[in-house]
Amino acid sequence: MCATKTSRAAKAAPKGNSEDYLRMYRQMVRIRTFEDNANQLYLSAKMPGLTHMYSGEEAVAVGICEALTTEDKITSTHRGHGHCVAKGAEFKEMFCELLGKAEGYCRGKGGSMHIADTSNGNLGANAIVGGSMGIATGAALTSKMLGKQDVAVCFFGDGATAQGLWYEVMNMAALWKLPVIYACENNGYSEYTKTDEIAAGSIRGRAEAFGIEAHQVDGQDVLAVNTLTEGLVERARKGEGPFFIELMTYRYHGHHVGDINREYYRSKAEEKDWKDNRDPIIRFRGWLVSQGLATEAEIEALNAEIEADAKAAVEYALAAAYPDGAEVDLHVYAPTDPSVFRPGA
Amino acid sequence: MREITLSQAVNEALREEMRRDETVFIIGEDVAEAGTPFKVLAGLVDEFGTGRVIDTPISEPGFVGMAVGAAMTGTRPVVDLMFGDFLFLVMDQLCNQAAKIHYMSGGTLRVPMVLRTNLGATRRSAAQHSQSLHALVAHIPGLKVALPSSAYEAKGLMKTAIRENNPVVIFEDKLMYNDKAPVPEEEYLIPFGVANVKREGRDITLIATSSMVQVCEKAAETLAAEGISAEVIDPRTIVPLDTETLIASAKKTSRVIVVDEGHQSFGVTSEIASRINEAAFYHLDAPVMRLGAMDVPVPFSPALEDLTVPTPEKVVEMARRLCAGEMIHAA
Repeated sequence: MCATKTSRAAKAAPKGNSEDYLRMYRQMVRIRTFEDNANQLYLSAKMPGLTHMYSGEEAVAVGICEALTTEDKITSTHRGHGHCVAKGAEFKEMFCELLGKAEGYCRGKGGSMHIADTSNGNLGANAIVGGSMGIATGAALTSKMLGKQDVAVCFFGDGATAQGLWYEVMNMAALWKLPVIYACENNGYSEYTKTDEIAAGSIRGRAEAFGIEAHQVDGQDVLAVNTLTEGLVERARKGEGPFFIELMTYRYHGHHVGDINREYYRSKAEEKDWKDNRDPIIRFRGWLVSQGLATEAEIEALNAEIEADAKAAVEYALAAAYPDGAEVDLHVYAPTDPSVFRPGA
Repeated sequence: MREITLSQAVNEALREEMRRDETVFIIGEDVAEAGTPFKVLAGLVDEFGTGRVIDTPISEPGFVGMAVGAAMTGTRPVVDLMFGDFLFLVMDQLCNQAAKIHYMSGGTLRVPMVLRTNLGATRRSAAQHSQSLHALVAHIPGLKVALPSSAYEAKGLMKTAIRENNPVVIFEDKLMYNDKAPVPEEEYLIPFGVANVKREGRDITLIATSSMVQVCEKAAETLAAEGISAEVIDPRTIVPLDTETLIASAKKTSRVIVVDEGHQSFGVTSEIASRINEAAFYHLDAPVMRLGAMDVPVPFSPALEDLTVPTPEKVVEMARRLCAGEMIHAA
């Protein structure tokens, strides 16, 4: 399972060949497939706790992460599976983490809301809304201070724009020209409340108030997202950051998997409209076929392969071992090599 | 041996560590040219520049959060939090993020960050600039907490903190910045989790943190003149806590007072007293007593503020009564 290594090892060449486009499609389908399986694990009571589905927002994570190298950093959110997959994570370790198994990315200690994949520069999902805005900005500070080329992308939702932390770190990022891109996934809802009811004025205007170049893009159009991000990443590497992107998107599920009856805040007709008419995967699939980059048969085969990968990974994770009880107090503190505490060391 | 102030000791520790490791940097409000309101960092910007001694806006959660992210990605930030009271502003970044990231990531991420701040009342600064909040952070697994009691400890503990791979909160007593103590010219570090027996004694153990060590040393002098031999122990770090040394002393003297400037309830004194009770109950001649700050917001008026903190006189009085076999009932 997970035979296909999907991360783009340290390259972010301009798009232009079918391989790049097909990888973007594959990554979006992998996210959707991962989420469909995660939802089933919840509904069949095989997954501890609950989780927040990324379905519907795939073009955002993929469009952005395909513009990044493995060394570039991202910070993620409670709705973070999409970012994790898009940055290069494997199904097996992700499902193991969701099920609290020892082979999970975090040895089962983080779960859905704290999944981190350092091998691909994912500094972690965060269960505090807006909680990772300082972390992403700090990662950009490291990059600048140590003269590295990395950029950091801070993913957060429209709901997180109500957190004061964002304004504090955005101010410093702008003052110090840090290579950070604030990527606001505006899916129209702050938990169970319409964004219009929690956000006064313009969200973009808030970034602009700090002198930050701000963009708004159709978050259901992976190519538009990717093209914009490629340009901003390149400029951020040259010291022209920070940047802000508002990505207009939609979450197909409720706030979390248990949020089933949601007509009191959102109509079924609205959901149907987004799914039928603005689905990022259907749109991109149509484009690939129309451009002659893939046939319907090739696409179906790819979908089936990803479905099989996910199924195998779920089966593996369900059968995998839980961490030994002895691990409960492991990793509270990181070890430090005692030799560094010697004078002269 | 030469004597330097606690402020100079901290400054020296930072200078040495910044020379040793170019990933160490300072971030906080007015840390560069101003060198902080207490002038602890004076001159560091001249050697290391504003790229490594970074002045921030007045945005405590913001710069603590950035330090967390910087630490996770290959640097060793030393955050300057101007007053310990501002900890309440940064609790999410410190306790939900920094403290838990290594654990939540299954050991794949780490946060080698130092947060320097201060504690201590009687500076006539009232309720929002006088608190001693170290117990609050000591309660959170994942953080280490150091409480230097003199210039010597301030330097040695700071150097260890910077080399630690974990978030460390260091509380300096803001009234001790100008206090001098012998500090060796040559490099030294003080390990975490090793208590210092400041004065040996037979009759009673006084366990004291931070500036309360001085308070207890003064009390021990007075008691000695009365024929009571007091042992004074400074844990130096409360996380990790050298419980073994504290228990050994309790077993030896059979009487213990724990003195700390945090609020008495649910605090450091309670924790240490409990550990001793659990491990040395049958060796004790009296209940382990606690002497912390009063459970009131710190008042402004000197006439009131001075009543709130432990003093040598209070320690002496309590020690006398314990040694006389009196049972003391806490209020």
